Amino acid sequence: MSAKAEALGGAEETKLSPQFHVAHHFDKADTQFDAGRMGVWLFLVTEILLFGGLFCAFAIFRSKYFPSFVEAHHHLDRVMGGINTIVLISSSFTMALAVRSAQKNEKKKTTLLLAITLACAAMFLVVKYFEYSHKIHDGLLPGGNFTAADFASGHPGIFFAIYFMMTGIHGVHVVIGMGLILWILLRNQKNEFSSRYYAPVENVGLYWHLVDLVWIYLFPLLYLVG
Amino acid sequence: MANTATVDELGHSPEVRGKNYLNQTAGVWSWLTTVDHKRIGIMYLVSVLVGFGLGGIFALLVRLELLTAKKTIMDASQYNQAFTLHGAAMVFLFIIPSIPASLGNFFLPLMIGAKDVAFPRLNLLSLYLYWIGAIFMLAAIVTGGVDTGWTFYVPYASGVSTTSVISATFGVFVMGFSSILTGLNFIVTLHKLRAPGMSWYRMPLFLWSLYATSIIQVLATPVLGITLLLLIFERAFHIGIFDPTLGGDPVLFQHFFWFYSHPAVYIMILPGMGVATEILATNSQRRVFGYKAIAFSSVAIALVSFLVWGHHMFVSGQSELSSAIFSFLTFFVAIPSGVKMFNWLGTLWGGSIRFTVPMLYGIAFLFLFGIGGLTGLFLGMLSVDLHLHDTYFVVAHFHYVMMGSTAIAFFGGLHHWWPKMTGKMYDEKLARVGFALTFIGFNWTFFTQFILGTRGMPRRYYNYLDQYQPLHAFSTYGSWVLGLGFLITFICLARSLKTGAPAPANPWDSATLEWQTQSPPITENFEKAPIVTLDAYERPAEETA
Amino acid sequence: MRLDPIELGSFWMPKQSSTIAQEIDTAWYIVYWLDVVMFVGLMVPLAYFMYRYKRRTAKDKVSDVTHSTTLEITWTIIPSIMVIGLFFVGLSGWMKAMVAPGNALEIRTTAEMYMWTFTYPNGNVSVNELVVPKGQPVKLIMSSKDVLHSFFVPEFRVKQDVVPGTYTTVWFEATENRDTILFCTEYCGVGHSDMMARVRVMEKADYDTWQETGLMPGEKPLPPAELGKKLYATRSCNTCHSLDGSRIQGPTFKGVFGRTEQIADGTSVKVDENYIRESLLEPNKKVVSGYPAVMPTYKGLLKETDIDALIAYLKTVQ
Repeated sequence: MSAKAEALGGAEETKLSPQFHVAHHFDKADTQFDAGRMGVWLFLVTEILLFGGLFCAFAIFRSKYFPSFVEAHHHLDRVMGGINTIVLISSSFTMALAVRSAQKNEKKKTTLLLAITLACAAMFLVVKYFEYSHKIHDGLLPGGNFTAADFASGHPGIFFAIYFMMTGIHGVHVVIGMGLILWILLRNQKNEFSSRYYAPVENVGLYWHLVDLVWIYLFPLLYLVG
Repeated sequence: MANTATVDELGHSPEVRGKNYLNQTAGVWSWLTTVDHKRIGIMYLVSVLVGFGLGGIFALLVRLELLTAKKTIMDASQYNQAFTLHGAAMVFLFIIPSIPASLGNFFLPLMIGAKDVAFPRLNLLSLYLYWIGAIFMLAAIVTGGVDTGWTFYVPYASGVSTTSVISATFGVFVMGFSSILTGLNFIVTLHKLRAPGMSWYRMPLFLWSLYATSIIQVLATPVLGITLLLLIFERAFHIGIFDPTLGGDPVLFQHFFWFYSHPAVYIMILPGMGVATEILATNSQRRVFGYKAIAFSSVAIALVSFLVWGHHMFVSGQSELSSAIFSFLTFFVAIPSGVKMFNWLGTLWGGSIRFTVPMLYGIAFLFLFGIGGLTGLFLGMLSVDLHLHDTYFVVAHFHYVMMGSTAIAFFGGLHHWWPKMTGKMYDEKLARVGFALTFIGFNWTFFTQFILGTRGMPRRYYNYLDQYQPLHAFSTYGSWVLGLGFLITFICLARSLKTGAPAPANPWDSATLEWQTQSPPITENFEKAPIVTLDAYERPAEETA
Repeated sequence: MRLDPIELGSFWMPKQSSTIAQEIDTAWYIVYWLDVVMFVGLMVPLAYFMYRYKRRTAKDKVSDVTHSTTLEITWTIIPSIMVIGLFFVGLSGWMKAMVAPGNALEIRTTAEMYMWTFTYPNGNVSVNELVVPKGQPVKLIMSSKDVLHSFFVPEFRVKQDVVPGTYTTVWFEATENRDTILFCTEYCGVGHSDMMARVRVMEKADYDTWQETGLMPGEKPLPPAELGKKLYATRSCNTCHSLDGSRIQGPTFKGVFGRTEQIADGTSVKVDENYIRESLLEPNKKVVSGYPAVMPTYKGLLKETDIDALIAYLKTVQ
């Protein structure tokens, strides 16, 4: 690689070379790009299966304790959930735009869009924090920790176990996503991306859309349907 | 040396002669930071062998305790920890990563003519995750042990056991990610990095089995991840999902667990089948019979494996209809397995068979997998399972499949590829002695357990009825022979590193690509990127003429 | 507990002592012989090929046949038919094992770490001993107090997990007037392998007498100390309390009567009739210091005469 860079006579030329950022075991940049994208898609499949287990648990316990689920879901704050849904969908939109601007060599625009995405993610977590503290205050907690008194149906703790597990694991994904977005934001600042090499931006974008997608299922199931 | 040509018979120029991936760079740090799939494969190999040794010691302790009907060397709680750790170490530290992560990592890129796997750094990350998971599991041993059985059934594991369940399950959770990332890496590598001319149907069948394995790893392991996470939260915070007193469902845990762990059985056996195919093809000196049938049967097994988890639960209290459906589907795993068996025999037919050490393991694989597979039919039958479920019959059956088939294939593969990996030949005589003792000891130990099982001896019993004592003692004696066999095999292989003759590039006269480079290979695998013009296992025309 | 061994009916199987055992064994032998034939069918060609195609020279002519679609289809279809047949053989026996006859005698069964409690229709209770009449279907309605257990009687060929929080059932009709053994076959902890119990099968008339009077066939009423000795074994006191001074789960019974015990809360108590009685009915009220509070209550499980008998017996253990 370094020999090639010298042969091309400087950093700028390197970035424009079709071999830029190609690891030694790939024959060309396209193969590497395809491989990376395929890897990310496969990873997203595993994520869906991870959440799939929880969705199964939700379906099973919902059919088992239907009245309890209906009663418990009234204790979730639809307004806050709704705001978070809008916030996350917006962040997905800005993420998609960021990928596009990275492809078009618009570095400043990319930075701005990634920063907005980050801000949305942070806002999502702040809203989530208020929701969680409200639940904890009311004793609406999983299983054995459930202490809220005024429940007519049995086993609302199961609903809150699933609520906290699903939103909690989703929240961890949001935090990881923020880290990844910050990482590509910093790399973007260092001029690492161009129309020839933007794979990390696109791949983080794919991940972020999945995080958004999971929430799009979580919100109606937990907040609206119950 | 005077008349050495500039390029030797393998086309290696003088610059690379004497250089290989082992001596390219030196020092521990160069190994720990390597992204070379071969070095990562070797580190996995050493790690899984340590795991095997650990699980093996626990196995010998368990067998020793069962020598007498009451206390022999340990008390009941120590015994429960011993069999749990035997199972957990063998399943999670040894068998699941054994063939894919060690032999697979080393040979998958070589066999498709690639320089490395698609994501070399991710590959190293997988290894580190495996180590971190292993450390958590070992930490569980020293901080109170684990006594739940490797299946971690609730509510015992979530509420009653006083041992370090969280540390052990967290270790398995972390190792799950290692498994997922390895599978993901292999799938992408097979799709994107095949050498020019290496079409799917020209790939060695070992790679088809690894492909099927990787699909299972990617699709099933996340479910284990979420299951163990729920178990950890259940134990730490009483979230109630699995706790019946809080409205949870302990049988749900079993569904979740076996949704992963049944496919995981095929994560364990499919690579073994692949290794056996390579050994049989090489030592029959002919093209594999029914290439596509073997390739597709691997994929078929992978797909069917997702539909049969409920056969672990015929007596668990799941609905009768579910049990009937699961039983029906279970029998369809037998079909692709049978197809493989017939095609392996077809490969021997009309061949030119050499009884090298790997071939002995290959033939032993056919024998032991035959027994292991056929005894599975008993357990798939609903009515017969009522009697045999959770008895020693099950123990014998899965040891024939896991140990008799997978571990034997693993050691066969180790002998097969040892010259390529280390550049050394081992002492064939000693290796044969090791093999013979392993084979005899294995059947001695485990065939006995079929008899114990049908006579009603339950699994995981510390004390047992006096009437079972003679058979138990007989089985224990067998385990000593088995242990001795493995010990000799280890000594034989370890000794070869020091005293072994240098290995030629292709000692077994094999047709696959990994033998077309020097032993051990150079870091870049091939000096010139290979271009494949022959079908799988096909030899150049002048050789077959 | 001394248990008689499980009698073998053949090299492989225990005796058939229930109505469904024969059908399950038949299914077992069908797959057994099928397996033997298949295994021989695989190994004979293997051995023959090993002999016939052993390498003679480095230039052996090898077959260039790489596949045969006819063969592949044959060895896919024939085994498929065979295994579908096996499925139906298994299904038919299993259907019988799953559906209890309507006239079955229902016995409530509770499993806990590490004992079995059986409650009969008239309220009688037996611990670690299941008493059933011969020739009548018996249905157990089972649940667990703590973790998973599993009910398994090898001679009856029945098995069913016992799950906390739900009821599972199993039924059988015993055909032999003989004692046999039931095992717990789902791992449940330290005492898992001691969680065996005796199954006593007796004539209907004897069963009725036992329900009425608590006397087994041929038994006369026992003097209290001897009844107590019997209860010590049959009600599983012996799983936790030794007679020879050794420590198991609970304090030894050797010289227990009249001994002064240190209680976990710091007080002490002299073991007398009242303390023994209280320890049987409310075992975790005054636990001897240094021992886990794990003893289950025997309230409702022991008759007044049983308690008296145990007290009388403990006085004799020195």
